[in-house]
Amino acid sequence: MEYFLKLFLSGTAKGSIYALMALGYTMVYGIIQLINFAHGEIYMIGGFTALILGGVFFSKGMPVGLVLFFSVLLSVMYAAAFGFTVEKIAYRPLRGKPRLSALISAIGVSIVLQNFVLLSQTEKFLPFPSYLPEFSWLQPYKAYINSTQLIILAVTTVIMVLLTLLIKFTRTGKAMRATAQDMHMAQLVGVDVNRVISVTFIMGSALAAIGGVLICSYMGQINYYIGFVAGIKAFVAAVLGGIGSIPGAVLGSFVLGWTESFGTGYISSDYEDAFAFVILIVILLIKPDGILGRTQKQKV
Amino acid sequence: MKPRSILTDIGKSLVNAAWFVVLLFPLMVMKVNVSRGIAQVQFRWNLLPIVGIGAFVLSYVWKIALEWNERRGGNNRSGGIFSRTKAVAGAYLAKPAVRTSSYLLLLAFVIAFPFLFGMYHTNVMITAFIYVILALGLNIVVGLGGLLNLGYAAFFGVGAYTYGLMWKYVGPSFVAAGIDTGWLFWISLPLAGIIATLFGILLSLPVLRLRGDYLAIITLAFGEIFRMVMQNSSDFTGGATGISLIPRPWFFGQKLPPIKAATYIYFIAIALVIITIFVVRRIEDSKVGRALEAMREDEVACEAMGIDLVKNKLITFALGAFWAGIAGVLMAAQTTYINPDSFTLWESIIILMAVVIGGTGSIPGAIGGAILLKLLPEYFRALSQYRMLIYGIAMILIIIFKPEGIIPRKRKQYTFDKKEVTR
Repeated sequence: MEYFLKLFLSGTAKGSIYALMALGYTMVYGIIQLINFAHGEIYMIGGFTALILGGVFFSKGMPVGLVLFFSVLLSVMYAAAFGFTVEKIAYRPLRGKPRLSALISAIGVSIVLQNFVLLSQTEKFLPFPSYLPEFSWLQPYKAYINSTQLIILAVTTVIMVLLTLLIKFTRTGKAMRATAQDMHMAQLVGVDVNRVISVTFIMGSALAAIGGVLICSYMGQINYYIGFVAGIKAFVAAVLGGIGSIPGAVLGSFVLGWTESFGTGYISSDYEDAFAFVILIVILLIKPDGILGRTQKQKV
Repeated sequence: MKPRSILTDIGKSLVNAAWFVVLLFPLMVMKVNVSRGIAQVQFRWNLLPIVGIGAFVLSYVWKIALEWNERRGGNNRSGGIFSRTKAVAGAYLAKPAVRTSSYLLLLAFVIAFPFLFGMYHTNVMITAFIYVILALGLNIVVGLGGLLNLGYAAFFGVGAYTYGLMWKYVGPSFVAAGIDTGWLFWISLPLAGIIATLFGILLSLPVLRLRGDYLAIITLAFGEIFRMVMQNSSDFTGGATGISLIPRPWFFGQKLPPIKAATYIYFIAIALVIITIFVVRRIEDSKVGRALEAMREDEVACEAMGIDLVKNKLITFALGAFWAGIAGVLMAAQTTYINPDSFTLWESIIILMAVVIGGTGSIPGAIGGAILLKLLPEYFRALSQYRMLIYGIAMILIIIFKPEGIIPRKRKQYTFDKKEVTR
């Protein structure tokens, strides 16, 4: 039972990180039907920026709490700026063109960003110093959950609540939902579609950066290539829950996290990534539109 | 449209440059190194002006290029010098005599290639031809059938592993019986095609209900599972170390020196490419091909016209997988060594890029795209570490300025006899 609980909690922590990334995927997909392959790279850039800025602040003698706050805040802003710029340069000229073209452009951006970081920084795995505090009161429960996991869970929960509120109740959220439903119609009723898409990219990238910083602290290392695998995983999670649906992305991420955790814990650790794909296949066979995806009516 | 002054353009570019300086500052100017748990940052101020000036020039050029691109898209039929030369050249090329002779010239060059250039270039060309076959195969799935497949490398792997496993398990008995192991290639070639086809059908059975990107992600999942199974079943497939010393194809019982063997495989590759082109073209014009195109355009309407979608999707996957299997055997014979790393998701993506950049659904496009994507990195080797960066930038530029691909698919047009219509 103890082992089960341990696996369950580590799966939950993993799932909540996937959720941060999957949300960005699903939001972008919901609005422009683009599989944003570069999303994982934004997450990697978020992690790297936090590492660099954290180093600078630390050497200036800032207290740890402030280092954590400012480096995370700034790296989130930078990642959001990257997402915004990438959309403007590589995706906007392709709007209204064949969908596969935008997909290839996204893959191109992914290659460019990876190699940009590789060249401007390093190709080695860098240890990622843990800026996150250790809670002493958590000591007795150490076998089940550590402070990093707890922080990850707390942060993701807060962000998800905020995001849901934002999409449900604000003007921007309304405009986003309208654009996702029908871009032309939204344009006709006066929604600035370009602005909505930019906002979506900014929000998605910011979430990815938070995920990047959290998971780098959790894993304790960073490298220019971490984004690719994470991106694929997040995409799987988003599809699992029903791509385009925000609660679906969260649910899919948790299902993915638990599957991986239990799979490696009870079956075999050789096939960690395979479990993710097997559960994906099984679920899509039962529900072809994902767990919470809406079944789309086929019309001519 | 009112003429803009150059000054506003320059102003905007300056703003863009400032944006990029700020955006790239942490990654370009600072370089991080972590030792003993503490991140140390080194500043490279000399890069700052480079970023600024570079961003300024590039954003100015980018603006002009985008405008030019839009204008070009707007009035395609305008009598610019470029389009006129293109029309003249097109009309000239349409003449049967010119066409045939240029094809013959091309064929002569292709045949003479291994004798003119060295073994290195021959091997590069073989790889390019393998990708041509792959791109043509994937073009059936993505271009004709409109089904996005992100796990195509798995079928490629099935082909390669068919040959590899034949060598590993059947090879020893060939040696014992005194038969030339080179025969294995010729046995594996059709066998791999058949096995890959079976895999294609097997894979497509569960995914028939899915559409669009759900199909893409599930093919991706299958591809990755294939690779992981190959990687982890080390008793059967050799695991991550793979299978080595795979024999080269039989050539009248002779052991060829490496350079001649490369030339020989080169010619096998050409023959296979020509067969593939021929078959794929026939498929495109056949009843099956037209049914596939109808499916791509609209599944519901297609079904209403009495086309069996299930059968169609099976055919699409089976046909696509067949060519990947063939290409896999060729690849195993060329490198004489296979391991699971050759069949990653990345490989599937490169093949997909070849198809889309060449022009989705267009046969010359798939050929051109595959050759471009395989030759560019080879000849970019001089740029060493910047190679992949430039590769990525090139992909983005090509797709932005040519969203339909380099050689877009031409729709078959049926023209009426004018006299009859305007009676």
